[in-house]
Amino acid sequence: MSTVVDAAKVALAPGYRLQWEPAQQAHVLLYPEGMVSLNESAAEVLKRCDGRSLLALIEDLQQQYPDADLEADVREFMEVARDEGWLRVD
Amino acid sequence: MKAGCVSTEPSPPLWLLAELTYACPLQCPYCSNPVDFAHFGPELDTQEWLSVLREARALGAVQLGFSGGEPLLRPDLEVLIAEAHRLGYYTNLITSGLRLDAARVERLREAGLDHIQLSFQASARELNDRMAGTASFEQKKAAARLVKAAGYPMVLCFVLYRDNIDCVPQMLALAEELGADYVELANTQYHGWALLNRERLMPSAEQVKTAERATNQYRAQSDGRMKVYYVVPDYHDGRPKACVNGWGSTFLTVTADGKALPCHSARDLPGLSFPDVRRQPLREIWYDSPLFNRFRGFDWMKEPCRSCPERERDFGGCRCQAYLLTGDAANADPACSQSPLHAAVRNAVAGAGESVSSQTLIFRNRRNSLTDAKPEPAPRKAQTWTP
Ligand code: SF4
Ligand code: SF4
Repeated sequence: MSTVVDAAKVALAPGYRLQWEPAQQAHVLLYPEGMVSLNESAAEVLKRCDGRSLLALIEDLQQQYPDADLEADVREFMEVARDEGWLRVD
Repeated sequence: MKAGCVSTEPSPPLWLLAELTYACPLQCPYCSNPVDFAHFGPELDTQEWLSVLREARALGAVQLGFSGGEPLLRPDLEVLIAEAHRLGYYTNLITSGLRLDAARVERLREAGLDHIQLSFQASARELNDRMAGTASFEQKKAAARLVKAAGYPMVLCFVLYRDNIDCVPQMLALAEELGADYVELANTQYHGWALLNRERLMPSAEQVKTAERATNQYRAQSDGRMKVYYVVPDYHDGRPKACVNGWGSTFLTVTADGKALPCHSARDLPGLSFPDVRRQPLREIWYDSPLFNRFRGFDWMKEPCRSCPERERDFGGCRCQAYLLTGDAANADPACSQSPLHAAVRNAVAGAGESVSSQTLIFRNRRNSLTDAKPEPAPRKAQTWTP
């Protein structure tokens, strides 16, 4: 499927919710009759899907984790997340 | 729990299914509710449900389904949703949509409800209303529009059975017309009332194939906006379902009369006692009760499951189906082609849809619940194998 462009505004899809679950010691993404347990990096990305642009999201992450080379991974993850239906990309 | 025992501790429940009431304005003959519901004791009251919600949340439950019967019949539904929302649950309402008007949708939304799943009996009014046992098709369509207008993701569910399974394309067209986001096409699971009516409900193998083809065709041609889930029929597939993701591992059902169950059909099983949430804390029920420990893990298994590599994936299938079709809940689910008793399932499938069944549908209602006995396990003569 197509790539998510830099200027695209990314947000969780309607009906999706991200929260920390102590019992699972993980962030989970909740949606109609379903849930996925997220690893730390997925959670860090999804936390920032609040309507900002992909570019702003990557910059913010890069600031938080200056030593990580994360851009390519984030871009790839965004496509997967979008195709899974987790995200609304405008 | 002492340190060092932690590794053997069962996982916490993640899903709570709250069957708020067995009252229902509809009478679907494929209903998976227990056949003898009319004999059950009084429903949990508001306070009792509130403690169930709190206790289950404290254990780790985060997905919450309000179902029934028809949960909209509980006047305290909004109170329960509001508390569930405050506790951090993701709340799902599983409804037939009857009597759902704009004011009620608004109250549900204000209480914090996350999602509504609406079920149809068929894609055309005549069959829908005949199976529902009451005129309801137009009301359901109206309810679907209200759900959509309130900004909810809309999930439509069709249970598939012999008389409607040929209409998968029409179901998908109806769902598109109503603006559904997800459609669930769920082949009937033969529990409860559905098992009583199995001969009349089960589609032929040919029908099942056609329905699958229609689903795949839709997926290939559509833009992917509306997601379609097709729940395969285990009878036809030769593969058992990973029932409740493993007994006592993920799912917790609490029934209208306060019984805690690892699966909503568990009451079909003989010789077990069902813990009562009015008498025992949920934590104790989940971790320590004989019921929840009965089929936990793999130690209870017999052959062929015991030494089968698939056991980690399907947990030997459904315990209730094993009991109802083989007479022993610890047997492999006979939907599995490796079960020595798989013939019982093959025979049911082979007979399905070939001739017009003489069986008349038994509708799910109080009167029939009072008169119809609990389904008995398969008669011994149907078995071709002796242990
Ligand atoms: S399946 Fe039909 S009869 Fe059973 S609870 Fe649902 S709507 Fe009511
Ligand atoms: S033998 Fe048992 S564990 Fe193996 S596939 Fe069949 S049901 Fe599953």
